Amino acid sequence: MSLENKEFKPKIVAFCCNWCSYAGADLAGSSRLTYPADVKIIRVPCSCRVNPMFILRAFEKGADGVIMCGCHPGDCHYSTGNYYARRRMTLLFSMLDYIGVENGRTRVEWVSAAEGVKFSETMNSFVEKIYSLGENVRLGDLRCKS
Amino acid sequence: MQRIGVFVCHCGSNIAGAVDVSKVAEMALMEPGVVHAEDYQYMCSEAGQAKIAAAILEKSLTGIVVCSCSPRMHEATFRKAAERAGLNPYMVEIANIREHCSWIHKDMEEATKKAVILMRAAVAKVNLNTPLQAGESRVTKRALVIGGGIAGIQTALDIADAGYEVDIVEKTPSIGGRMSQLDKTFPTLDCSACILTPKMVEAAAHDKIKIYTYSEVEKVSGFVGDFTVDIRKKARSVDMNKCTGCGVCQEKCPSKKAPSEFNRGLNTRSAIYTPFAQAIPNVPVIDREACIKFKTGKCGICSKVCQAGAIDYEQKDEIVTEKYGAIVVATGFDTIQLDKYDEYAYGQSKDVITSLELERVMNAAGPTHGHLERLSDGKAPKEIVFIQCVGSRCADDRGKPYCSKICCMYTAKHAMLIRDKYPDVNVTVFYIDVRTPGKNFDEFYRRAVEQYGVNYIKGQVGKVIPKPDGKLLVQGSDLLDNRQILKEADMVVLATAIEPNPDVRKIATMLTASIDTNNFLTEAHAKLRPVESPTAGIFLSGVCQGPKDIPETVAQAGAAAVKAIGLLAKDKLMTNPCTAQADVLLCNGCSTCENVCPYGAITYEDKEVNDHGIRETRRVAVVNNALCQGCGACTVACPSGAMDLQGFSNRQIIAEVDAICR
Amino acid sequence: MQELINRAKELLADGTVARVLGYKAGDLPYNPEPAYFESAEELKDFVYNGFCGANLSKYMIEASKLEGKTMVFLKPCDTYSFNQLLKEHRVDRDKAYIVGVGCKGKLDIEKVKKQGIKGIQSIKGADITDDAQILTIQTIYGEKTCSYGDAMLERCHVCKGKEHRIFDEQIGESKETKDAERFAEVERIEAMSPEEKFAYFRSELSKCIRCNACRNACPACSCRKCVFDSNKFDSSQKANVDSFEEKMFHIIRAFHVAGRCTDCGECSRVCPQGIPLHLFNRKFIKDIDELYGEYQAGADTDSTAPLTDYTFEDAEPSIVGKRG
Repeated sequence: MSLENKEFKPKIVAFCCNWCSYAGADLAGSSRLTYPADVKIIRVPCSCRVNPMFILRAFEKGADGVIMCGCHPGDCHYSTGNYYARRRMTLLFSMLDYIGVENGRTRVEWVSAAEGVKFSETMNSFVEKIYSLGENVRLGDLRCKS
Repeated sequence: MQRIGVFVCHCGSNIAGAVDVSKVAEMALMEPGVVHAEDYQYMCSEAGQAKIAAAILEKSLTGIVVCSCSPRMHEATFRKAAERAGLNPYMVEIANIREHCSWIHKDMEEATKKAVILMRAAVAKVNLNTPLQAGESRVTKRALVIGGGIAGIQTALDIADAGYEVDIVEKTPSIGGRMSQLDKTFPTLDCSACILTPKMVEAAAHDKIKIYTYSEVEKVSGFVGDFTVDIRKKARSVDMNKCTGCGVCQEKCPSKKAPSEFNRGLNTRSAIYTPFAQAIPNVPVIDREACIKFKTGKCGICSKVCQAGAIDYEQKDEIVTEKYGAIVVATGFDTIQLDKYDEYAYGQSKDVITSLELERVMNAAGPTHGHLERLSDGKAPKEIVFIQCVGSRCADDRGKPYCSKICCMYTAKHAMLIRDKYPDVNVTVFYIDVRTPGKNFDEFYRRAVEQYGVNYIKGQVGKVIPKPDGKLLVQGSDLLDNRQILKEADMVVLATAIEPNPDVRKIATMLTASIDTNNFLTEAHAKLRPVESPTAGIFLSGVCQGPKDIPETVAQAGAAAVKAIGLLAKDKLMTNPCTAQADVLLCNGCSTCENVCPYGAITYEDKEVNDHGIRETRRVAVVNNALCQGCGACTVACPSGAMDLQGFSNRQIIAEVDAICR
Repeated sequence: MQELINRAKELLADGTVARVLGYKAGDLPYNPEPAYFESAEELKDFVYNGFCGANLSKYMIEASKLEGKTMVFLKPCDTYSFNQLLKEHRVDRDKAYIVGVGCKGKLDIEKVKKQGIKGIQSIKGADITDDAQILTIQTIYGEKTCSYGDAMLERCHVCKGKEHRIFDEQIGESKETKDAERFAEVERIEAMSPEEKFAYFRSELSKCIRCNACRNACPACSCRKCVFDSNKFDSSQKANVDSFEEKMFHIIRAFHVAGRCTDCGECSRVCPQGIPLHLFNRKFIKDIDELYGEYQAGADTDSTAPLTDYTFEDAEPSIVGKRG
């Protein structure tokens, strides 16, 4: 049983708002701007639909990184959704950092429908970061039973 | 338990070229609830949709997953197909295996693996879907057009001709926009005013069109079919009903030093003014910053000379609130600021001007009455240099990354007009590329070169140096001859990049319409829905969506009008059923959700509940489905999980997360 | 204590209140428990001393549903919780007669035990009228003493203040007990390396037995039904006990009360395993203060909560990595 030989393929969940970031991801796709297949996108109507519980759930189920993308501040389709999301995620990420989970595993980026390039670049850099951090072992169980 | 069908689209080779589609279908059969899976060349085609319908009927499917292109592309298509086969349209989920998979992953094995996971997530979600019913909302049969340039005028005329009421809101004192500032138009060289003013008059005279000039959109609420808009009518200080437009007030006004906006600041105007002679309405406004009466309390000459008694110094801004079913944005453009382009000496020499300023110089109603002369000394120029792409196609942040599209053609126009009227003047054009796609465009440009002898040099200008004798030294390079050029000129004209009107950002925010990095409004689909904003009920007309010339603008204006008419022609709209709902048994009545709802869709009611035998009256949240737009902010704010979003429920999203992380 | 009982009797007698929410003695000298008293007769069991740390605000949710007013004794810090519940429409102001009781710091029996004092039979000096600086403890091993300050709950060392935020009348004086920095412990943890942080929380949280005492005591955890008890967030319909909620319990709980937690410290006080649970809540409070401006939940009933508010200029989530 040699697990070391097994190549690390991270599981990365990306929550994208329907109006900006999901469309940005579509544009990245139609522009053939590549990023690693490790990223799997979940469509939500707005970044404010992303419950911190979804992010914790992903980590608990073995995700190595979770990224949330929304419309740029000021450009939310629903006017204010991303502002609430921004505060929620800031506090959540800070808490994860506080309990010793590497900060690089979580990220928020604002990507507009026109920013296919930014979407692809963001995903590339995020995946690269997750590779550098390696497998997520800490968040599997936040109750930290040893 | 659901009975789910999975349909994997090849999209020709778009998906099948990178994803093993039959493998995805095969794997789908192993997922819980999946009773049918197939792949087909084009699922969105009639034959593909027929396959879906057949499977729904034959296998009594309760839900379907289509693994295809983005749901932003064909979700509506597949929902309709499902509905025709008797399945609730909200029992359809799309796994985006094209934009998010086959188009970006080269390795077949890797792409197939990802496609399978995306399929699984969609299956996991659809397992938890419930049939949803769209509600209905009414349509206010009136349209608002923001911006009164040629785009806005044309859109308004087309909507009004179809029999619907239209209001135009224009920020400046007159409609007409940029086109009214142009002298001649390419490629026919007809006079801009001659073709624009009849349209302005037609709009003003149309019984279905109401024009608010010197007005701005202040606030927008509501949604498609039912927008409520506050329009600020700025105090004109002149009674629109009394003014006869005789113009005496402007003549007699002692304050004549305000820079003329219409003439791009090249000359001045009076404090009470109409921007130009053909202004509509022909009612002046008092510029309160420039007016002596407003500054010192003394003067009042205009009031004395006005026989109609139309001057009203006490007039105040007025807010008009109107309801609209559709809103068309036609906010147009301006030329960019040139403060980051010191090398062209704009601002240092009066003889370095922008092309739009040249339009005014060439125009008979302009600061020089149409005589081509140097603005510094009024002398006739003998040598004119045009510089193309000033701020367009710019790699750094001084300018714009895009091509402004109109400059090549208007520069050819300017060169040609000058050579035609002043054959003794030498005209040189520095260009990067000459772009002339368009009907009769290249012929037009060739005429400038071949018939009028305009000297085109491929190369960029590095510097324009004003000399003490008043001449301008132009340093450039000729890339074709590979040599440096030093040229003396009497005038330099900069083909300045255009950018969306700076106000558009504010307006887009009010409309929750998305905007790109260059402040152009984003269209719902770059190819297939180019005149619609992704925000329902908002349409795009003219340069606010991207650089365009006049014929393109007019074409788009008409297209936007047709889209708006299509909306106004409906009596009722189906509303998005993906709205929030509160579980009364879990709701604490704590008001947290209400505080984050941007639509005021949540209220509280005291409701009689039966919680496992305990009957009590509780304060619980109630969502107004007509107002809720389904953002989901409330669902996360709710600590107890009582608030959930139909179509994107907590359990559905968690099922997707689980499927992806499995 | 007698003053409280006398007042309770008066209000019961004149019909102002239908019942009194206070404390009665438990089976040990240091574990009084919340109790209702409906007559002068019943009030003979009423106790009020330094061990009456339980925050009675949360009991007012149920008391608000009863006929008539309930007289309730609230310490200054409890009134924050009451205000917060009022703001969330969870308690009825008209159903409460609030007696703001003076506080000189509440006691933590674990702190006493930590000093090696075992076999406790009785404790003197814990009554609220006592001005004793020393607790005199009768044990099966003889009489022991312990300074009052050393026996105080952690939360009293970082006391929010002597002022009652909401009350109908006040009885007794409060004493300044604050002698430590509220965020010192949070800062100590923040300064650790990720490995140290993880090791610290791992060792603390691994003690958790999921008894739900923290959730039951917490006045902010006032949901009719907790998300952990509903299937709203579980696709698997609660198939097993080793569920997602089970694992993420403390983080989610802390997040759910973020911006609503008054830092009353009940979670840590009631934890049978002695886990410093307040360090989660206090971390959120510190972040909120630093990022969005100082905010004290329960200080009033009308301010906008930080998580239902925003500004255009709010910090980006990337600030977490940058703050170091």
